[in-house]
Amino acid sequence: MLAFLFRRFGQGLFVVAVMATLVFVGVYALGNPIDILISPEADQLEREQAIERLGLDKPLWVQFALFVKSALTGNLGISFVHGVPAIDLILSRMPATLELAFVALVISVGIGIPAGLLAGLTPRSLIGRGIMTGSILGFSVPNFWLGLMLILLFAVELKVLPAGGRGETVDVLGIGLSLFTLDGLRHLILPALTLGIYKASLITRLSYAGTRDALLQDFVRFARAKGLSERRVVGVHVLKAILIPVVTVIGLELGSMIAFAVVTETVFAWPGMGKLLIESIYRLDRPVIVAYLIVIVVMFVVINFTVDLIYTALDPRVRLSGQEA
Amino acid sequence: MALVDIRVDDIETWHVRAGRTFGEFAESRVAVAALGLIVLLLVVAVLAPWVAPQNPYDLSQLSIMDNKLPPLSRSLDGQLYLLGTDDQGRDMLSAIIFGLRLSLTVAIVATGIALVLGACVGLLAAYAGGRIDAVLMRIVDIQLSFPAILIALILVAILGKGVDKVVIALISVQWAYYARTIRGSALVERRREYIEAARGLALPHWRVVFRHLLPNAFPPLIVVATVQVAHAIALEATLSFLGLGVPITEPSLGLLIANGYGYMMSGSYWIAFYPGIALLIAIAAINLVGDRLGEVLNPRLAR
Repeated sequence: MLAFLFRRFGQGLFVVAVMATLVFVGVYALGNPIDILISPEADQLEREQAIERLGLDKPLWVQFALFVKSALTGNLGISFVHGVPAIDLILSRMPATLELAFVALVISVGIGIPAGLLAGLTPRSLIGRGIMTGSILGFSVPNFWLGLMLILLFAVELKVLPAGGRGETVDVLGIGLSLFTLDGLRHLILPALTLGIYKASLITRLSYAGTRDALLQDFVRFARAKGLSERRVVGVHVLKAILIPVVTVIGLELGSMIAFAVVTETVFAWPGMGKLLIESIYRLDRPVIVAYLIVIVVMFVVINFTVDLIYTALDPRVRLSGQEA
Repeated sequence: MALVDIRVDDIETWHVRAGRTFGEFAESRVAVAALGLIVLLLVVAVLAPWVAPQNPYDLSQLSIMDNKLPPLSRSLDGQLYLLGTDDQGRDMLSAIIFGLRLSLTVAIVATGIALVLGACVGLLAAYAGGRIDAVLMRIVDIQLSFPAILIALILVAILGKGVDKVVIALISVQWAYYARTIRGSALVERRREYIEAARGLALPHWRVVFRHLLPNAFPPLIVVATVQVAHAIALEATLSFLGLGVPITEPSLGLLIANGYGYMMSGSYWIAFYPGIALLIAIAAINLVGDRLGEVLNPRLAR
């Protein structure tokens, strides 16, 4: 088990290293690093000073070493636009994004698992087929457009919910959250729903396939033969079987929600790190783009690592095959 | 002579198999309707210059007097605006038809190139095996652990705007799916007797791979490619909506929606609404067909 953990951890570090190298190549080597790292408003003297300070006159491998060294000490550059360290900017926006992604995840699981289970138990019924066709619509509808239509309906026509922003926040452990104020919740519901619908469809389909698969398995037949109530067969045995793939996907989807929040945050003017990324791309604020990338890669590696751990705990077969390899 | 006989047999099985697949596919009326819809959209997109009531890029045809007219209104000279007009007096129906043309072209071209690229990588991995396989698949795994939208956003941020840049981003996002899929099916096929026979005949490697391995490992790829076209359309629309995709001179559906966003709050809902409906119809129809193809071609999911 311990060896497995260490190997996974090593793989995670490897991925971070590879991505950091790619980011370096993309930002420093491919483009003109002077244009990328020095503000276009700088005059000739400032340019020369900056070139020297950033070491852009040194050979590429020295530059790479400097980049790694400053990245390891947490220095990912100063934002051109905001004049503060890019990493601080990202971290200050992160709670808003995480809050949005978590609430969206809860919505998608809350809709997806029951809907998939229901459809899987009665695949030929009108409800079952309706759910499955609905799920196709759910993941076909363009996310940003769905957000616009929700704004149109609830904010412009019905005027019951705000069209954007984060509303009132409350400090929990020093982090501002919208979840615990009524105003914040009103602001949160539309973006979280927009972000959650797509994943809800995916989880519905996954639970559907898992349920249909599980119903044919020996352990379910055996549980039925033992005379267990239908409620217990479904609620315990089938549900447990579909949870294994769903947990993996939920973990991965949390990551993809954080990434997808870029779009939702832009539509709803939600002040998270995704909106920051888009603004930085518009304004060519490259240090922030680089910092966002590094932060998100580390987040992904952590999420994948956690999913592996949960997966190992849920399914003993993974542990065995992991040790053999 | 014997060789020729085998080839003829092969071709026949292909025909029979395709016929049977389509027969099974057609059992679902929803899927057939969706397929019909896709064909219709393709025809409309190809014939856009002749089908659309007006050329939305030709500024001389636009009348600013007709700006932001609601659906079903008429212009001063009596032309019907079925879906209304935008802020420049452009007929929305024409703009949608031309936008659809661009969206579909971008998605199909990107998918085609990514398919060829990914299939080559996957076949190479499966056929070569060993260390080459391990390295290639590790790259695929790493790429697939990051969401497509993120990779596309970053690439477009580095490369800049433009149709060609969007196509490059879409290819980079997609190829790994094809590589993984075809490797999976090629690994199974590789162990079959006919591959052994082909190798036993000392045929050149490329011939074994492309004439024998590829055709038999291909079917699962059709499903993935169908779903990926839908993804590509959605991704292009998203990039364009964010202002990082196609240029404003040739609006795709995503850009039309972004344009309508600004007028939505003041009540001109149709500018953002109808392009989204067109997107939804196109993507849903492709997904429905892909879903049915998956059921037919993937025996594990069969009833």
